[in-house]
Amino acid sequence: MRAVALELKHELIGLAGVVERNVYLTRRYIYWDVAFFVWTVANTLTIVFIAEGIEATGGQIDVDRATTTLLIGAVVWAYLGIIFEFLTETVAWERWEGTIEYTFMAPLSRAMHLGGSGVFAVLYGLVRAILLFIVVALFFGLEFENANFVAALVILIVASISFFGIGMMTAVLPLISPEKGAQLGFVAQGMLLVVSGVYYPVEVLPGWMQWLAKISPATYALDGIRAAILDGASLGSLWHDIWPLLVIGAACIPIGLWIFNRGEVYAKRHGKLKRSG
Amino acid sequence: MKELSPVPPDTLAVEARDLRKEFVRKDRRRGKRRVAALADVSLDLARGECVAILGQNGSGKSTLVRLLSTLLLPDGGAASVFGYDVVRDGKAVRRLVNRVSVEASFFKKMSPSENLHYAARFYGMTLSETTERIPAILERVGFPPDRRTEPMENLSRGMQQKVALARALLTSPVLLLLDEPTTGLDPRSKLEVQEFIREMRAVHDSTILLCTHDLNEAESLAERVGILDRGRLLALEPADELKERFDAETLEQAFFAATGRGFEDEEDEMDAEERKVLA
Repeated sequence: MRAVALELKHELIGLAGVVERNVYLTRRYIYWDVAFFVWTVANTLTIVFIAEGIEATGGQIDVDRATTTLLIGAVVWAYLGIIFEFLTETVAWERWEGTIEYTFMAPLSRAMHLGGSGVFAVLYGLVRAILLFIVVALFFGLEFENANFVAALVILIVASISFFGIGMMTAVLPLISPEKGAQLGFVAQGMLLVVSGVYYPVEVLPGWMQWLAKISPATYALDGIRAAILDGASLGSLWHDIWPLLVIGAACIPIGLWIFNRGEVYAKRHGKLKRSG
Repeated sequence: MKELSPVPPDTLAVEARDLRKEFVRKDRRRGKRRVAALADVSLDLARGECVAILGQNGSGKSTLVRLLSTLLLPDGGAASVFGYDVVRDGKAVRRLVNRVSVEASFFKKMSPSENLHYAARFYGMTLSETTERIPAILERVGFPPDRRTEPMENLSRGMQQKVALARALLTSPVLLLLDEPTTGLDPRSKLEVQEFIREMRAVHDSTILLCTHDLNEAESLAERVGILDRGRLLALEPADELKERFDAETLEQAFFAATGRGFEDEEDEMDAEERKVLA
């Protein structure tokens, strides 16, 4: 029992080490973070302006509601991008810096290693997503009289479990393809969001894409967050979005870890677990 | 860190039997083919021993180090570290081993102190432990206190290598794998690193596998010297016996006699690790 507790303590310290490293790196690259945040705001504005554009060209819509709907889509897109980016770069960044061999020869389980990246990505992603939401909402003068922000935040955190699991699956790509693997992570992110109703209802999608929407955690995250912010839905009334997120999350984490472990074995067999250059 | 089962005192630090590793090479003339980076290598290292492996670029030295540090899976044979199999008991092996390679390998924007804190966490060291030990270890390897918070990218190669030694020392490895740790260093830094290796053995009773290009370094630090050529271990014995066997006055002459080639000759045929590796 004591040995198990000691092992767990060691693993959690390792997980904290990954978080600590990402804090150091974020501090060192803080001006780049500010620059990327400005880019994300600009990108989000181009999307959210579409609502006003529709009205200006004669469309009959509730502009504030449509603006908020698009804003939520853009924020979830940005949040998912951060989660995938951090997890995919768990390998790609270490390969580039040359530390990959030292990390993979350390006595830390891959679950905790990736978990550390995931925990930091969720914390960092939440801060960025909340800031993005506030900046763009202020820009458009949006008001949220009925919004249930707590419920929206809970949905986003629950969805993060699934996003983390899928992120682990994409993190394996730079391990097996050092040259182009990281970019393939963006492909996965795009595929996930296109079927999840990021800027439109999933009902407009072809039938086979609607079936894919049912197994995408982003569908339930977007649906739940929109209901919470636009209509003030309570957590209880959002259970139909929460339980699929929990089920998908419970499946995605072990599958993601299994896929990553298979990728690690492949990389060790083919000599790909080494620094670039 | 989790306690490992006590290792019997007569257990070998390293035991490799017929260890084999191949990579696939793409060649315009000959298409895809498998090239042996290590071909049936067998060797033992006793606890506390220092063994140097000499070989040209691509002779298989780094492949041997990477196999023993669980970064590669062998295609044949077996290897164990203090009785733990490098494939089956990877995590136990990783607790016992650390490595210093020719590239210092750090997060370049992070400081030496930050890099060491991060590395130590993976070995289960708490904040209070690292806060106490890191300044002491950096001082011991002769790293200037006023440069501990500078980004690694501002430091010279010699300085970076000292931090790499500190990182290895921090985890108290019982087997230290040194993969050309002094290559590219200025003479003074080289001597400092070599002195530190002696200290590691004297103070920590570490077992050391030293892969090097430097014949003098091998002769002065190691009890036994091995010659690895094209993935084959041609000899492994004390330097004096090696010279006697090949009727040579120097290790360089012995190397030439064993391999048929000069030590500094570039080897373009067997540089398997640096080749384009394909699935």
